[in-house]
Amino acid sequence: MTSFNTFNTFNTSNQNSDPYASVRETTEGRVYSVTGGDWDDLVTEIGATQEERVVVNMGPQHPSTHGVLRLILELEGETVTEVRCGIGYLHTGIEKNIEYRNWTQGVTFVTRMDYLAPFFNEAAYCLAVEKLLGITDQIPERASIIRVMLMEFNRISSHLVALGTGALELGALSPMIFAFRERELILNVYEMITGLRMNSAYIRPGGIAMDLPEDSIPKLREIVKELRTNLKDTEKLLVGNTIWMKRTVGVAYLDLPGCISLGVTGPVLRSTGLPWDLRKTQPYCGYENYDFDVVTADSCDVYGRFLIRIYEMEQSLRIIEQALDKLKPGPVMVADKKIAWPAQLALSGDGLGNSLDHIREIMGSSMESLIHHFKLVTEGFRVPAGQAYATVESPRGELGAQVISDGGTKPYRVHFRDPSFNNLQATSAMCEGSLIADVVAAVASIDPVMGGVDR
Amino acid sequence: MGIEEKLPSGFLLTSVEKLAGYMRKNSLWPATFGLACCAIEMMAAGAGRYDLARFGMEVFRASPRQADLMIVAGRVSNKMAPVLRQIYDQMAEPKWVIAMGACASSGGMFNNYAIVQGVDHVVPVDIYLPGCPPRPEMLMDAILKLHEQIGNEKLGINREMIVREVEAAALAALPTHQMKGLLA
Amino acid sequence: MSDIAKSAPKLSDRGAFGVSGTGDTSGYGGLVLKGVQVGSSERPFGTYFDEVLDDLERAYPSFSDAIEKVIVDRGELTLHVKSSRLLEVALILRDELKFEMCMGVSGAHYPSEMGRELHALYPLLSLTRNQRIRLEVSVSDSSPHIPSLVEIWASNNWQERETYDMFGIIFDNHPALTRIMMPDDWPGHPQRKDYPLGGIPVEYKGATIPPPNERRSYR
Repeated sequence: MTSFNTFNTFNTSNQNSDPYASVRETTEGRVYSVTGGDWDDLVTEIGATQEERVVVNMGPQHPSTHGVLRLILELEGETVTEVRCGIGYLHTGIEKNIEYRNWTQGVTFVTRMDYLAPFFNEAAYCLAVEKLLGITDQIPERASIIRVMLMEFNRISSHLVALGTGALELGALSPMIFAFRERELILNVYEMITGLRMNSAYIRPGGIAMDLPEDSIPKLREIVKELRTNLKDTEKLLVGNTIWMKRTVGVAYLDLPGCISLGVTGPVLRSTGLPWDLRKTQPYCGYENYDFDVVTADSCDVYGRFLIRIYEMEQSLRIIEQALDKLKPGPVMVADKKIAWPAQLALSGDGLGNSLDHIREIMGSSMESLIHHFKLVTEGFRVPAGQAYATVESPRGELGAQVISDGGTKPYRVHFRDPSFNNLQATSAMCEGSLIADVVAAVASIDPVMGGVDR
Repeated sequence: MGIEEKLPSGFLLTSVEKLAGYMRKNSLWPATFGLACCAIEMMAAGAGRYDLARFGMEVFRASPRQADLMIVAGRVSNKMAPVLRQIYDQMAEPKWVIAMGACASSGGMFNNYAIVQGVDHVVPVDIYLPGCPPRPEMLMDAILKLHEQIGNEKLGINREMIVREVEAAALAALPTHQMKGLLA
Repeated sequence: MSDIAKSAPKLSDRGAFGVSGTGDTSGYGGLVLKGVQVGSSERPFGTYFDEVLDDLERAYPSFSDAIEKVIVDRGELTLHVKSSRLLEVALILRDELKFEMCMGVSGAHYPSEMGRELHALYPLLSLTRNQRIRLEVSVSDSSPHIPSLVEIWASNNWQERETYDMFGIIFDNHPALTRIMMPDDWPGHPQRKDYPLGGIPVEYKGATIPPPNERRSYR
């Protein structure tokens, strides 16, 4: 935790020119800034005056604010009377940066927005680009199934981080170790399929970058079985735990009208009882063919959202098993050679590179493949002008990608409607009137990822 | 400490250096400065599988005043840079900085208006760790290299000599854009 | 062909890889470039869009003044609304047509459209009817004022702040229109097209790579 910056609008005359306690006059009166110093002294001085308004800054660097989030709390004792969020500390200008890159290179940028759910970002962007290209029904089935599988694995790993870090912020240290142990299993899955543990640009417009490795399906089934048993450990630690329930039941109440007016989606909306899940209501990538339940809770509080996340992980495992059963051999990229990413990578003697079969084909047999490869990698494909808005149900809520094209090889404007950005606005509604510790629980239950909030 | 200022360069100073280096490197406490994706890999390095506790580093101090090492994990935006500097200033000497990831080392893939192009514009960096994000094992490798550096740090009058030599070498060095590389 | 003529997409350009007019090297014509749509789409629109527009007409008799264009493209309905009538249209869409959620504001800057450079896009979602439409408002650079929709959909609070921060669109009657992403004293609005990307050239041994906005690239 960084220093306490306390602004006190009281008049005392015993503040001499102190480098750690500066005084200045503002329109609100005299303001004292205290960085470090004795809390008891401060409290006795505040107690002596009539008016008190203590503004405490839970600054951007804080172990319990779930990332670089600045919470500005106005306190009366331990009760929070007003809370405002300061964001923008992770603003990376991703949306502007994409305007100078290819459509395919946009995937690598977009994947780093919400870094706990990279496949969802990629999927939303690719669905929007495919909508603009008009090839949504030409995406091969195998590509859609692998996309669904990776997204559901990502949902599990994101919920694990949410649970682990949420518990850590509330003081429970062991669930984090358990959650990250499970997460390592899933990161092994990503590494096996995509090559990277995080931020792999694997889902591309037109399909996915490469097919699954040959012997991966039995390994995946084994990992799913292991996850099923291991997730029970985290569950047993916290569900029904008296201390946990005392910290979370009844905290951060936000009912259905509140959620809808604040535009909150995801587990927070489902904790009010409304079963709104985009995978069921507006299915994409073939989700209508999978059999799973939408998990809701009735309590509108932190405990309900936590339970939703735990049961959603189980539902995701169901979907993954169904996806593994549905996999049939086939192409993984769209058939139109003017859009499909050409390269097939393989591991050979000198590292990862174009597979020798592909090189044999483009250099030996097919001139058109060579041209396609060259043009697609250097220039990229062109997308007809227009705009599209595609949404996916990310672990935090509705993630929407608004993509505008002017007919060229580079996106004209890409804007992401990130769920954490909207959900974080609800912090004030959830926390005013509660204790400081409940603010931490509320933010943990919203589970914002600041990369997505700030983009 | 004080004692190393008074010792003349020689066997006694060298022994004090070795002892101090050994102590400092074996209980290095990191300060939490996880910003973006690299922070998740840093957390994974501190979790069960890739254990930082074997180096005594699993306790990520929330207060910079109790920390020795700041691992800047993630992209530093222009809004965050003053905060970064303030946290660095609040750490007590001796302190070290690892710039974890491509964005902290050099701005990474984000060469634009919002990101500081390398955290060494703001704080002095000891180890640069490339990767996007670097694997937890790479982070541990960086930490071990830092341990070596710390163990061999010179103190007192030896340190002043080294600092002077390094500065003279840097001033006389060939600038990057005049180097020829492999094509010359 | 002059540069301008070459770069404007014509209504039925065949051939991929951006070559227009003459055939290109691999021209078996997979990609057909659609021209940019300038007028309104015509009825019937398909799926639920007709229903939405009929309901809107019934609830808002003077809707033809307020709505400049209706575009149905790629399965999505976009209503171009005049910025002066935005509040009324939004209220009716929320109350009568049950579009309870507004998924935020996207800005877009088209410097080539004189007088209508800044666009604000509002995707709307109806939970009860499971429908999506989009509202689009265009204002000029010289007077970029759009009425704020915070009273209607509270979720637009931060979204409008972000659009102001990034594009300079001023939302009238917003409770606290300040910068949200950039530092509070940042000059300029970064995501406009006339704002530079701001990268620096990267040095290598004996060479530099210019930042992305200054490199040679395809259109």
